[in-house]
Amino acid sequence: MAEGIKEVSDATFDAEVIQSETPVLVDFWAPWCGPCKAIAPVLEAISKEFEGRLKIVKCNVDDNPSTPSSYGIRAIPTLIFFKGGEKVEQIVGMVDKSKLEQSIKNNL
Amino acid sequence: MNGTDYDLVIIGAGPAGMAAALYAGRARLSVLVLEKAAPGGQILVTDWIENYPGFSEGISGPDLMEQMLAQVKRFDVEIKSGEVVSMDISGPVKQLVLLDATITARAVIIATGTSFRKLGVPGENRYLGRGVSTCATCDAPFFKDSIVVAVGGGDTALQESIYLTRFVKKVYLVHRRDQLRAVKILQERAALNDKLEIVWDSTVTEIKGGSEGVEAVTVKNLKTGEAADIPAEGCFVWVGSLPNAGFAAGHMEMDGQGFIITDDRMRTNIPGVYAAGDVRNTPLRQVVTAVADGAVAASDVMHYLDNM
Repeated sequence: MAEGIKEVSDATFDAEVIQSETPVLVDFWAPWCGPCKAIAPVLEAISKEFEGRLKIVKCNVDDNPSTPSSYGIRAIPTLIFFKGGEKVEQIVGMVDKSKLEQSIKNNL
Repeated sequence: MNGTDYDLVIIGAGPAGMAAALYAGRARLSVLVLEKAAPGGQILVTDWIENYPGFSEGISGPDLMEQMLAQVKRFDVEIKSGEVVSMDISGPVKQLVLLDATITARAVIIATGTSFRKLGVPGENRYLGRGVSTCATCDAPFFKDSIVVAVGGGDTALQESIYLTRFVKKVYLVHRRDQLRAVKILQERAALNDKLEIVWDSTVTEIKGGSEGVEAVTVKNLKTGEAADIPAEGCFVWVGSLPNAGFAAGHMEMDGQGFIITDDRMRTNIPGVYAAGDVRNTPLRQVVTAVADGAVAASDVMHYLDNM
């Protein structure tokens, strides 16, 4: 799917997200989810727009069950914004590009 | 283009907008399609479409959308991410104000579709994404072997509840009447499905939960007035749709529910402004009617532009 967006796993989540010095937006997705596919280009664009200031990664919930369940995720797409290892915002479902940009700006 | 940015701007990239773009693109109009989220609209969350002619085994919503998008892209149609926040459409030059730009066009087709209506009960917003859902194809796997409640009685409610039964232990489908509105074939499939039980004459009055998400759904029988909690980890809500036409309110005629009123050529009461698909006051909201609306609208846009 998204070329420029790195995949994280249950094993790498701590190092890539929790320990990250840059704020991180995690896209929880799965191959069977239509809206997840549909928002991929939006995340791609956002990732370029905020390069250097925000890290965007994706986590496949099929292959990595324990991370999503530890955040109580029962819907995808879910985007979680992490700052200093803490969850600061959670966005569920399809999201407009403009609303996502606004929420990133508010959180950065 | 007579001083405007585009001949035609289509707002919304679902089936209606895609069909309009296809017809307008082949007519060599300069066309922009604006989409605020992602191309596809409601069909992105539809697991299987078996009433759209041409696919003998049916097709998944996302696959159908991918095909429509690829088809439109063959004809020089520009598709852009953007949301209309306000507009001035009364004159011959239509001005659309987006968050970051203003664009002009000679004609506009509004194909913004609908959103799922909410129940409006306590707990619904609080547990959204933590048990409350409107997308079975997205979220069903999170409820493997669980008990869930679904709400509604139309095609979407039945189709998606049946899909849920592939994953969950039991679906209680709560419906406010003593009969379903859904098409007969879905009713027949529901009746044969052991995992699906319909709770008649009832509404959901509250969604209860804890730190882990939804734990129970309160269901009230409208005939007896009795309420009881169904222990459930999920609550899927399919109780109809609301038009995505707030930005157009006050600019054109709408019905009491906010659906845009058109004539049989998809014209609104504003010259050069059209509505197509689920957002208009149509008797049937399906992919097949949406694409037909889009084609009719685009072809009338050509007449309109020729006679300007």
